[in-house]
Amino acid sequence: MKDLPDSEERRANLKGLGCARKRVEDARFTQGKGNYVDDIKLPGMLFGDFVRSPYAHARVKSINAEAALALPGVIAVLTAKDLEPLGLHWMPTLAGDKQMVLADGKVLFQGQEVAFVVATDRYIAADAVELVEVDYEDLPVVVDPFKAQAPDAPVLREDLEGVTEGAHGPRRHHNHIFTWEQGDAAGANAAIDGSEVIAEETIYYHRTHPCPLETCGCVASMDKINGKLTLWGTFQAPHVVRTVASLLSGIDEHNIRVVSPDIGGGFGNKVGVYPGYVCSIVATIVTGKPVKWVEDRMENLMATAFARDYWMKGRIGATKDGRITGLHAHVTADHGAFDACADPTKFPAGFFHICTGSYDIPVAYCAVDGVYTNKAPGGVAYRCSFRVTEAAYFIERMIEILAIKLGMDAAELRRINFIRADQFPYTSALGWEYDSGDYHTAWDKALKAVDYEGLRREQAERVEAFRRGETRKLLGIGLTHFTEIVGAGPVKNCDILGMGMFDSCEIRIHPTGSAIARLGTISQGQGHATTFAQILASETGIPADKITIEEGDTDTAPYGLGTYGSRSTPVAGAATAMAGRKIRAKAQMIAAYLLEVHDDDLEWDVDRFAVKGAPERFKTMAEIAYAAYNQAIPGVEPGLEAVSYYDPPNMTYPFGAYICVMEIDVDTGEHEIRQFYALDDCGTRINPMIIEGQVHGGLTEALAIAMGQEIAYDDMGNVRTGTLMDFFLPTAWETPNYQTDWTETPSPHHPIGAKGVGESPNVGGVPAFSNAVHDAFRAFGLTQTHMPHDHWRIWRTARDLGLHG
Amino acid sequence: MSNRMHLTLKVNGEAVETLAEPRELLIHVLRERLGITGPHIGCETSHCGACTVDMDGKSVKACTIFAAQAQGAEITTIEGIGTPDSLHVLQEMFREHHGLQCGFCTPGMITRAWRLLQETPSPTEEEVRFGMAGNLCRCTGYQNIVKAVLAAANELNTVKEAAE
Repeated sequence: MKDLPDSEERRANLKGLGCARKRVEDARFTQGKGNYVDDIKLPGMLFGDFVRSPYAHARVKSINAEAALALPGVIAVLTAKDLEPLGLHWMPTLAGDKQMVLADGKVLFQGQEVAFVVATDRYIAADAVELVEVDYEDLPVVVDPFKAQAPDAPVLREDLEGVTEGAHGPRRHHNHIFTWEQGDAAGANAAIDGSEVIAEETIYYHRTHPCPLETCGCVASMDKINGKLTLWGTFQAPHVVRTVASLLSGIDEHNIRVVSPDIGGGFGNKVGVYPGYVCSIVATIVTGKPVKWVEDRMENLMATAFARDYWMKGRIGATKDGRITGLHAHVTADHGAFDACADPTKFPAGFFHICTGSYDIPVAYCAVDGVYTNKAPGGVAYRCSFRVTEAAYFIERMIEILAIKLGMDAAELRRINFIRADQFPYTSALGWEYDSGDYHTAWDKALKAVDYEGLRREQAERVEAFRRGETRKLLGIGLTHFTEIVGAGPVKNCDILGMGMFDSCEIRIHPTGSAIARLGTISQGQGHATTFAQILASETGIPADKITIEEGDTDTAPYGLGTYGSRSTPVAGAATAMAGRKIRAKAQMIAAYLLEVHDDDLEWDVDRFAVKGAPERFKTMAEIAYAAYNQAIPGVEPGLEAVSYYDPPNMTYPFGAYICVMEIDVDTGEHEIRQFYALDDCGTRINPMIIEGQVHGGLTEALAIAMGQEIAYDDMGNVRTGTLMDFFLPTAWETPNYQTDWTETPSPHHPIGAKGVGESPNVGGVPAFSNAVHDAFRAFGLTQTHMPHDHWRIWRTARDLGLHG
Repeated sequence: MSNRMHLTLKVNGEAVETLAEPRELLIHVLRERLGITGPHIGCETSHCGACTVDMDGKSVKACTIFAAQAQGAEITTIEGIGTPDSLHVLQEMFREHHGLQCGFCTPGMITRAWRLLQETPSPTEEEVRFGMAGNLCRCTGYQNIVKAVLAAANELNTVKEAAE
């Protein structure tokens, strides 16, 4: 008899948790066989294209589509007048506001959708767009959220005139959306006012855009014979899109099938519901033919969801030896023309109140004022949980500024204020319960890895050399210790449009011991088909290579809230583990029957149930699966399936320590990243290869945001960065190599202890890059300069500090 | 439309014919008339490189030339670089080194790398980064793409040396 493989060998064969398993997705992507929405081609398919407003604020006096309709191949031109009888000329937003689908009397931002042309091919549609004559009367434009709140500021939202109660409480001005606050204002002010040292600063986190490489789009197809609408699209939350489509169209939900095919990156951009989707649905219902709409890059940057645009005014107090006494934050949030922020309903400023960060701050307060301006709507979480990256940037800048005030080393200031490992679970002054962490260990590891003290010595020498005129380059050391809050979230307080933010997994084990699992999430590059199979492999003993993972088809997948806010692993990953445990529980009963022992006499061993004390008597999961389909077992239903809808008891709190070492050329404003060290603690690590890839990618997005990427407007509301010529996406040439590292502090409430990682590098990376720029100039008196730190702005900073001689 | 042109090209080794308007971009003819959907459209302004194909021995952004300019040309797309039974070493190395995530840039990336390694068979990391700078990726941060291309170069050179 040949030797039985031991437990460790069998465990390795599963390719379960902890395995750097190669991705199953890659075979099709590397061969050009991905199936993205623009690859879908249906017989008779029509193309939709938008007439968009060149003005940021104007009255629409008339729309004349005659010439467009006369063009051969043009099928229809839809305007708000055509949508009005259907009640679809406006639509609800995710934030409790409403938004025009097509311009209803006026336009409120450049690029706003005015009319939808439907034609037999995309060239004819583009021709027809040019032929639609729109008569505009321009109105005064407001792009500054502070000027928007002046008493005599133009009224942007005439539809809301006289409405003093918004979705999130009272409105105090015609361009005001909400005031949202958390914490103890009086306590925080008293603590700060009584402090030995006080730092105050306004930190602007500029408007930018997720800009995935694939733009947004859809194909809508109404089958009038069966009464069934199918909608393929770039949706990060397909099930929610189906519910919204049903509520808007009046079509019963079972007659709508929403499919997210392969998605070419999302980063939050594909969470929102856009006018293109609504118009495509209307157009397919009207024409009876499939309709494709795919925006181009300029439309994507101008009109779909932006991110950030937070003016954050902070006050922080401390004792003279550096103990933080209190934190006060006030944010003016520019939400654009419609409040279409993608946040859980009860959180109009997302989870910004994670802004006490990694620090044990005794008392804190934050308030956020949402304001309308003549800019595109949106406010999505660009590779971060809801407003978490704004919060992390805010606190990590405030810490640096406080360190300057104290004349203290910023690493030491962090260390003495960290929440200690023995304080977890830790309740923050703003009400969050941090699940687990060990910040001191991570911090010390990071500082040691880069030889922090050596770097500081080098920096001091460099400053001296600069002053002596021996070099024109400065050295910046950018520190960050971030704490995220991800995995929204508990149904008791987290919902999107009323739908609780649970997630789901449904597993079917086949008779011969392979399996399929379907989830309520949808991968956009994160590698779910690879990693969720690994979770299941460890739970069920079926090798990951024998498990198919499917997502994104609402006809087959269980309901879930989708993929954004690093919620897939914390929520759907938990559902996957729990469903796997249900499989195992039933398998145990079957094994007990087959082995003629009591359930309790069995123990789980990697891929099998064995009799306690007699490991040679066992049934593998494959044998159990077969029995589930071919044996009549008393009291046990045939088959081996399970479903889990997982409502997380808490969010998870990944954290990390990042250090960026940057050389800055004072005369050109150019920078060079000499070293970037990123330590992430995302709890239990499912696939180290994928984690590292997520960190590389997130850091590169952070690099873009911190060092050049922005959606900028001129005073007339023209978008100045509407193409990839002006909107900075780093190439391989500008992107450094990153050094990754980790600690592992499992989440105590997650079934496998995982916390989520996809967004950590964006959340931590932005302050690390920005702090490096600031730090380079610290010796010359700089306290704060706003991002993005492009060459011109850095050059200007050097000039303003008198460094150009 | 009456003003369509008769185009004859060689795509992935096969002679193909199609009718297209003179204004049609090569990427649209490939994707919509010929059903070759490997190359993608990411910007239509020649910045992102998702549409990269190989035309007569050069990497070309198919969103920036008219199909008419490709009259008579030999074009290779990702679909022509390897087969399911015999992947090109670049396709293997992108998987091996996790050089892709969402996959949208990948066909253009590999097609560009395929030409780069013919132009510069033993590139340095710097040469790979410079030579691939016309192809944007939003997911990977390039580190693993560079690793994959260098590994592929190494592998190809080893095979070549063994053959010599």
